[in-house]
Order: sequence, then C-alpha cells, then structure tokens
Amino acid sequence: MILRIEQDHHRFKQIIRGKIKQDLRKYISRGELIGRRGKDLISIPLPQISIPHFVHGSRQAGGVGQGDGDVGTVLGAAEPEEGNGQAGDAPGQHILEVEVTLDELAEMLGEELELPRIEPKGKKNIVTERSRYIGIAPTGPESLRHFRRTYKEMLKRSLASGTYRRALPGPFIIREDKRYRSWRTTVLPETTAAILYMMDVSGSMGEEQKEIVRIESFWIDTWLRHHYKGLEIRYIIHDAEAREVDQETFYHTRESGGTVISSAYRLALDITRTDYPTQEWNVYCFHFSDGDNWSQGDTQECVRLLREDLLARINLFCYGQVESPYGTGQFLLDLKEAFPDEDTVALSKIESKESIHQSIQEFLGRGR
Amino acid sequence: MSLSPSLAALQRAIEGHARAYGLDFFPVVFEVLDYRKLNQVAAYGGFPTRYPHWRFGMDFEQLQKGYTFGLQRIYEMVINNDPCYAYLLECNADVDQKVVMAHVYAHCDFFKNNVWFSKTNRKMMDEMANHATRVRRYMDRYGVDKIENFIDTCLSLENLIDPHSLFIVRERPKAEKEESPRTARRLKSKEYMQDYINPPDVLALEEKRILEESERRKSFPAEPTRDVLKFLVEYSPLENWQRDILSIIREEAYYFAPQAQSKIMNEGWATYWHSKIMTERCLTDAEVVDYADHHSGTVATHAGRLNPYKLGVELFRDIEERWDKGRFGKEFDECEDLHERTRWDKKLGQGREKIFEVRRFCNDVTFIDNYLTEEFCRRNKMFVYEFNSKTGLYQISSRSFREIKLKLLFQLTNRGLPFIEVADGNYRNKGELLLRHRYEGVPLRMDYARDTLRNVQRVWQRPVNLSTLVDEKPRLISYTGETFEEADLHEPAA
Repeated sequence: MILRIEQDHHRFKQIIRGKIKQDLRKYISRGELIGRRGKDLISIPLPQISIPHFVHGSRQAGGVGQGDGDVGTVLGAAEPEEGNGQAGDAPGQHILEVEVTLDELAEMLGEELELPRIEPKGKKNIVTERSRYIGIAPTGPESLRHFRRTYKEMLKRSLASGTYRRALPGPFIIREDKRYRSWRTTVLPETTAAILYMMDVSGSMGEEQKEIVRIESFWIDTWLRHHYKGLEIRYIIHDAEAREVDQETFYHTRESGGTVISSAYRLALDITRTDYPTQEWNVYCFHFSDGDNWSQGDTQECVRLLREDLLARINLFCYGQVESPYGTGQFLLDLKEAFPDEDTVALSKIESKESIHQSIQEFLGRGR
Repeated sequence: MSLSPSLAALQRAIEGHARAYGLDFFPVVFEVLDYRKLNQVAAYGGFPTRYPHWRFGMDFEQLQKGYTFGLQRIYEMVINNDPCYAYLLECNADVDQKVVMAHVYAHCDFFKNNVWFSKTNRKMMDEMANHATRVRRYMDRYGVDKIENFIDTCLSLENLIDPHSLFIVRERPKAEKEESPRTARRLKSKEYMQDYINPPDVLALEEKRILEESERRKSFPAEPTRDVLKFLVEYSPLENWQRDILSIIREEAYYFAPQAQSKIMNEGWATYWHSKIMTERCLTDAEVVDYADHHSGTVATHAGRLNPYKLGVELFRDIEERWDKGRFGKEFDECEDLHERTRWDKKLGQGREKIFEVRRFCNDVTFIDNYLTEEFCRRNKMFVYEFNSKTGLYQISSRSFREIKLKLLFQLTNRGLPFIEVADGNYRNKGELLLRHRYEGVPLRMDYARDTLRNVQRVWQRPVNLSTLVDEKPRLISYTGETFEEADLHEPAA
C-alpha cells in the first residue's frame, strides 16, 4: 500500500539529489566515494539538511548528566545529546547517509558536467526485445486470460446489476468481464563496450598520481556503464614493457624503470584485434602517464600506431597527462601536434584532483 | 485497524486499573499499525495527516532506517486530543502492549489535567487535517515549490513564540480617547498672575512629559513582545495565503509547546504509572522477565546524557516518599542531623495526593525548581559536564547541587531556546524590524542566526536587525534583503 508519507519522502529525496548535484564537483575531486561503494549502490554522506532556528551555540553549553565519575572524568569527544529533556526527539548534527544508485550518479554527472549522451556505434540495427508482464488489460489472447481477475469482474458486474444468483448454473462470464495479462516490450539496442585502461607505472608515477587515475577512472566507468549494457574493462600497465593485469594490480603496482609508451599501445592493439572486433564493440582507450617517454623515436612509433591502426578500431582514445613531482613530459604536446583536430582523440592535462572533473569533460564531452 | 478481541480485553482491564488508581483521562482509541504506518505517524508527529512537507519525509527515512537496522523502535505514541489517539506496533508481544497501554493512560491523564495543556486544542486531529487541506489547496493554486519554500521560511521561525502568553489576559486596550492635548494644560488665570499660577518651569516639565508619552505611544509594539510570530502575522505585508500558512505554523507550534515544556514530567508520570500498574496489577509470572528487560531499557542512563524517563520517574517517587514521610517544611529543612534526616518519618501518607497535585500545576521548570533536592542529586549521581576547549572533550565539571540545578533550569527555561523578542517594528523610523536577543550568558549560534534572520526578512520584507552579544560585545546584525551588515552597538537598541 502506498502511504501518504511517500510523497514527502519522495520530495525529500529530490532535495537530496539536488544537494548531491550541487556538491558533485567536490565529490569528484575526493576519492572517498570509491571506498564506500556497494554492488550498484553508493552511499554518500551528507550533513543533515536542517531548518535554521535561533538557537544557542552548543559547544559552550555543556549539560547535566547522570552516572559515575569524578570531576574531570572525560565523557567523550562526540557531542553528547543535549541533556535538556529532549533526548530522542531532537536529532543533533547527524550525518545523513544517502544511497544513490550508480545509474543515478551517472545521470547527475552527465547533467552537471553537461556531457552529451553517447551515440553507440556497432550493432545499431541489431536490437534485442525484452518482454515483461506488467499489468492487466481488457483485451488480449485467450491463452493469457487472467482467470481470477475475470471472475472478480464478473462478480462485480452481476452483483451491481442484481443478476447474481448463488445457485448453479452460476453467473456467466461475458466479454466485458474478461481480463488478460498484458505485457510491455522494451527494445534494447545491443551495445557492448570495452574500456582499456593503460597506465604508466614507471618510477615517476607516485601514489598521488595513481589516486587521480583511480578517481577519474571510477567516474569514467560510471558514465560508460550508464550507456552500455555490457561493459568489459581491461587493464594494462607499462614501464619499459607492457603487460595486462587485473584491477587490483593496476591501481597498486609501483615499478621503476623507463617509459616506453609504444609497448602499451602495441598490447592494446593486440587485445582489440583478438577480443573486440570493430563491428560489434565500442572500444574506449584511456591512457594515463606523466608524459615522460623514453625517446622521441618511441613517440613517433606511438603516433604511427595510433594513426595507422588503433584509431580505426576504437571509438575514442583519451590521453590524460598527470602532473608528477618531476614535472610534466613532452608526450602531451607531441600528441597535440600529431592530432590537432582528430575527432577520436581526446587529450587532457590533469594537474591535480581538482581538475579531474574538467578532464572528464574533455574526455567524454564529445559524445562518442 | 481495530483491536483484536484479546487486545480489547487488555485495554478494558488496564483502563480499569488506571481508573482505580485515580487517573482521569479522555477516552483512548488504540490503533494497531505495522511498522511502516507507525513510522509514518511518528514522522507526522503523531498525526495521521499533516500538510505536505519534505521534513516529514526526512524523519520518516530516519525512522525507517533505524527500524531496518534494528537501532530504534517506537514503542509508544500518543497524541493530546479528545479522544486521545494512541498507537500500538502490530508485532509487539502482549506484555509490551500492556506496558504501552498503561503508559498511554498516564500520558492521557497528564494531557487532560496538567494546567499547561489546558489551552491546547483538543480537536487537534481535525485541525491538523484542516491545515493539510488548506496547504494542499494553496499548492494546487500557487505551485508546490512556492508554498514549500514559504513553509521552509516559516518553520525557521516556528520557535519564536511565547507559550506563557496564553495564560496572561492583558487588559484590552480601552477605546482610544480623543487625542489628548499636545500641550500642557494651563489653569485659567488673570494675565498678571500667569507666572504664578502656571509657572513656566512646571509647564516645560509637563510639556516634556507629554512629548515623551506620545513618543512612547508611537513605539511599536508598545512593549517588546516575545510572540514574534504573532507580530509577524499581524503586521507583515503578506499575501493572504502566506498569512494563513504562517498562522498555521504558529498554531501548531503552540500546540506542541507544552509537550516540550513538560517532557521530563510527562514521561516520568507515564513511567511511574506503567510500572505501578504492571507490577501491582497486571503482570503474569511469565511476563516478568520481559517486562523488567524493557522497563530497564526505558529508564537506562548513559554517561553524559539525561534520560527524561529516568529523571522524571525518580523525582515523582522521591516526592511521593517525602510527602509520605513528611520530609518537607521548615522543621525538616532545619534539621542538620544526618542520621535523623535519613530516618525521618512522620507517617503523613500524603505522597499520592502530592504527586497528583504536582502533575496538575507544574511544568519541567517548576518541577525541577521546587522538587529537586540535594539528596536526590547525590543519590542519582547527577553531575554537570562542560566542553573543554583545550582537549576537545566533554568532561564532568562539577557535582555541586547548586550548579546542577542552575544548569538544568537554564536548559529548561524557554524550552532551552534563546529569548528573542520584537523590540521595534519601526526601527530607525524606516519600517525596519528590530529583534532583540536577551543575552543570558550563552551566545547564539551565528551561522544559524544569520540564516534565520534571512527568513525573518523574507516575511517582514523590509530590512531586519538583530541585537545580540558576539564575543561579549553588543552587536547589531542587519540583513537588508541583499547583504548582511554587522556593527557595534553602543547605545541599547530601541
């Protein structure tokens, strides 16, 4: 049964959403959301929305309590509830834990950062239909007749019209009484996408840089997951050599050694070739590095790989250059020069956590 | 849902016991609800219908979560109405339902007989439903957002009322006499006697007095009023629907005020009687352990927190004992022999009578003021705690009776809220509003104060000012509708 309060509850949730959206940029630059995520829910701590009143400043106030202890005994750091006889009905400064689904979060992200919807390529014409029984209709095939509802209708009609008789032959079902199960078909374009994350794990990429990558890729995942039914994510790390790893390793490995970016691109190319044929997959490549490539020759090799092969196979190639304590490298500029206005290449410089949302905009703002 | 036959039988039995003890109550209607409906009713402050507002939804969500995670559970809820409505949680065991019923009858007795409740609307159930209808109608006509925003604004001011004002019958202003003379009255005299009969210095004095008088009459309101809401309802340039909503909020605030004024007593009284009825009349052998478990949960104290159930019931029992044994009055107070005091028993047996009297005339402030004794404080291990800014911790600061009582009274006075009054409705002669915070040693929470002031301005629509003390210095905080200004206040405002 729907309660009257649901309306107020719904309204409250709307307000909460507004609050979350307002602060979304703040949440984006903080990593804590990632830690608290459940399966498809994420809980966001919000200070309780309170209506302001003229009240006493509470900290100086103190209060009266009951129990053991001498003068000076510590009661605790947390605010004890005001002992003014209102315990229980006057919530203090509680933190509200709001649960949002990842889908809603993506929706908010899209609205807040004004990201265009993605136009999936690939099996545009191949659609899958899903049917679900959702209700009752007065027409339909006899095989779907809902006996109980039909019988009820018949009883209602015969009682109302006074033709009801207890004795058999009982009341008769007429056409108007009949009720059928009804269904709705939803058409889902079958789109599948894969994300390839590549990260430079050479000595110059520190914890902070990895944190940035972690946060940014969380939001990218959220957004792409919102658009595609199935999403596969692969991780590649590289220093002088590239290898494919699992998520855990991806975010936590730290290695030293040089940086040969082309090794990663070559591996990415291999993966797309074998696992993600262009006709069926929307492939996204994200590469994060501090941009200190080993040699100019290797950079040339990277550009060649991208231009000749990789770009044709994927929807979007994004390169994010993370500022490291050793300064930023040349790679970003080289790419910029090589692909001045390529539609499928997005480049972004991520100086700090605060610029993550801007970089997300740069990456996903093309709607590809 | 109506009561099952077994619950109805319980109700009859408990009502009988309550009456036999001398409790006097409105008829009580019990409703059995599942936890979702109970949470709804609780979020609505005990009523089945309230006007639509998101904060009820917020409370609902919290109750719902608390219930789901097993943190909290509402056992009893009762509203001050005639007939009294009370709710039982469907899944509670019979022994719990008994406790709740006994508890409810005592609450209802309190509502009916305590003098502070005497001015509340006993048909509030209907009134609340009417309020809801009115607000819904406005929402249909003017749009949900507009109404909701205005309700938010009003709710921010809802505590600016004066619960005592209901009991003060001020003399009605006599029909204004014809404009009294603006100049001093001269006695008739011959020309040459003028200076003697009407001496100029006396005339000047008289003139000055008249001027001051008319000056004072011009001040508006004539006396500072603490019923800020009433002042705003009467004098703000509001649309009719706004005025109506503001008065709805005000009316509901007055309805709930006595409950905040008598929380300790009310809960104490109900706890006193449920334990009396249960332990003396109602409990079966099988129920004793469950009852003891739940009762002890109700009156449990946690360090640094005052449990109104506990304090209330102990104080009532203390009063009963003192009046049974005659431990009051001059003779007892002056007795300094500790031994004698502890054995003091005059066998007066006036305890029961006394607590009924107390429940009739007191509210929490007078209850504590009159009946909290040093011995009681010591026996109940009461203390004062304070925030230690060096360590960032709360610490026990004193166990002295004087300080405990002072602190308690301070927290209970004006329901623990700061005194805010309308000092001038035509401040600076520019139609600005001046509110004055009567400083009692604790400063206002300034961020809230600013936001609240903003809401006052939304209603008053001219600049508003608040005089208060910030860091022990008098300050005037003004909000013009666009910007905040703060200035030192040298002369007392208005």
